[in-house]
Amino acid sequence: MTDLSIMKKNKRITDQLIYMIIYISAAISVLLIAGIICYVFMKGINTVNWEFLTNVTSVLKDTSGIAGNIVNTLYIIVITLLIATPIGIGSAIYLNEYAKPGKLVRLIEFTTETLAGIPSIIFGLFGMVFFGIALGFGYSILTGSLTLTLMILPLITRNTQEALKTVPESYRSGALGLGTTKWYMIRTILLPSAMPGIITGIILAVGRIVGESAALLFTAGSGYYLPKSGQLFGKVLESGGTLSVQLYLNMSKGQYEIAFGIATVLLIIVLIINFMTRLLTRKFDVSRKK
Amino acid sequence: MLLTKRIPMKVMQEKGRNMRNSTISIVGSRKTKRISETIAHHIFTICAFFAVLGVASITVYMIINGTPALAKVGILELLFGSDWSPTAANPRYGILYVIFTSIIGTTLAILIGVPVGVLSAVFLADVAPKKLVAVVKPAVELLAGIPSVIYGLLGIMILNPLMYRLELALFKGSATHQFTGGSNLISAVLVLAVMILPTVINISESSLRAVPDQLKAASLAVGASKIQTIFKVQIPAAKSGIITAVVLGVGRAIGEAMAISLVAGSSVNFPLPFNSVRFLTTAIVSEMGYAADTHREVLFTIGLVLFGFIMMINTILTKLLKKGNRNDD
Repeated sequence: MTDLSIMKKNKRITDQLIYMIIYISAAISVLLIAGIICYVFMKGINTVNWEFLTNVTSVLKDTSGIAGNIVNTLYIIVITLLIATPIGIGSAIYLNEYAKPGKLVRLIEFTTETLAGIPSIIFGLFGMVFFGIALGFGYSILTGSLTLTLMILPLITRNTQEALKTVPESYRSGALGLGTTKWYMIRTILLPSAMPGIITGIILAVGRIVGESAALLFTAGSGYYLPKSGQLFGKVLESGGTLSVQLYLNMSKGQYEIAFGIATVLLIIVLIINFMTRLLTRKFDVSRKK
Repeated sequence: MLLTKRIPMKVMQEKGRNMRNSTISIVGSRKTKRISETIAHHIFTICAFFAVLGVASITVYMIINGTPALAKVGILELLFGSDWSPTAANPRYGILYVIFTSIIGTTLAILIGVPVGVLSAVFLADVAPKKLVAVVKPAVELLAGIPSVIYGLLGIMILNPLMYRLELALFKGSATHQFTGGSNLISAVLVLAVMILPTVINISESSLRAVPDQLKAASLAVGASKIQTIFKVQIPAAKSGIITAVVLGVGRAIGEAMAISLVAGSSVNFPLPFNSVRFLTTAIVSEMGYAADTHREVLFTIGLVLFGFIMMINTILTKLLKKGNRNDD
């Protein structure tokens, strides 16, 4: 017992073992994402070319492409955001600036949480029977957009709320102290200061819309044609499958080549969105630290 | 800085103009101001109620559409019957195995995903050097952003062939086993486990980071090793956050449809590892396209059951979050 020293560390074998398991767990996520990206790109990159992106699948012309689906996806993104963004931001402003804590606020916050937790397949069923059948929009881009509006509402509300919370209280009292009205203060001070956070929420919502399939399969349907010339608005009431829905359909028919092509396109979009949110969040943080 | 400079200028200008008009307001007359204020207030209130309206109408519609089949088929036969043959001449609508599959599948996915997720969170919060965090964290975020159909595609292309090979080896010469080509419960569970990873990791990590530093310092000071500190002090302290992560993971796993609809196979069976199975979600996805009449109504009942599970999970979650907040105070 002569070499008892506090400098000599007692290396526990169990500790080493647990460290190893922890490192392996962390490595799993990294390997998974790296593997997924490499695998999808390797299988799909050959399919993706200019013809694939600009043609519509047609037996007559013997072409296969996803132009129609890309247009549908854009339609759904734009319409959904046009409806959901004002409502989501308005709701966040009410919760953060107007409402007094109480039963009402708790109810609204509980339902927002609930909306966020409802699986997309339930939104799909609801959209089908409510917007599609009860309101009579049928399988259409509008039905899909209205369904997705409900789905991304919590995302936008929550992000806007977080952004509003980071605006210093002194901005508010400063503006009000100068004699502005509340709405004037919100318009000219709060919203511009919270803008990066709000935009982050919107970009995240775009990501959610692009990736969504279960809620759209039974609401927006699976049309893959380009809008006819001069009927840009009429398209809204026609069925239109997004990229993800088309990917699912190709997959269930066993057309894996096209499926991987679409998957590659989707992955690129996801990567861009991820990069943009990262950039915005960083910018946002810096401006807060000053 | 820019803002605070700009405002007084604007106010001055407004004030100048308004003085000429001999009113006191900075924007307009008091009357128009009051009107626009009330309108703004009301519009925001209405916006806030959309979420309430949404949840209420979803609940009502799910109940309206989900209950007729219960009366037609009979609650007992529907919920506790195990014979699912909706297209037979004498159709039977028992969804017991479907419910079992969702429960067992979700449990297994949690059992695989949560340990990996929590350990990854420990890695991110306590073990990893900063440089590694900069690699692992973006990877986790990306994992969360990948559309579920892509997970499904990879499940079909990678997992199913592997499972088929395993199946061939295990059930060689078995006369009773139905070969599934690899679309079975295990494949679906593995896909689900991967899909809940980001949720579990993110929430566990932030709750681990929220553990006060004094606790850690005290434990290290009395001679506990780092691993002992993590498992005996930090994880117990972050318990409520980790439980929240698990509950959210359950919600995500039980509600996932597209990723597993083709991976899990296409017939209703008791959820044994190598059986082809149907989850609550995948039953809806794969049959809604052609279902009619009672069959369709039963699918809505399946939706209602799923909705019931989700509402249960949500209620638990709100309770947990409330408890967590109280602990913080």
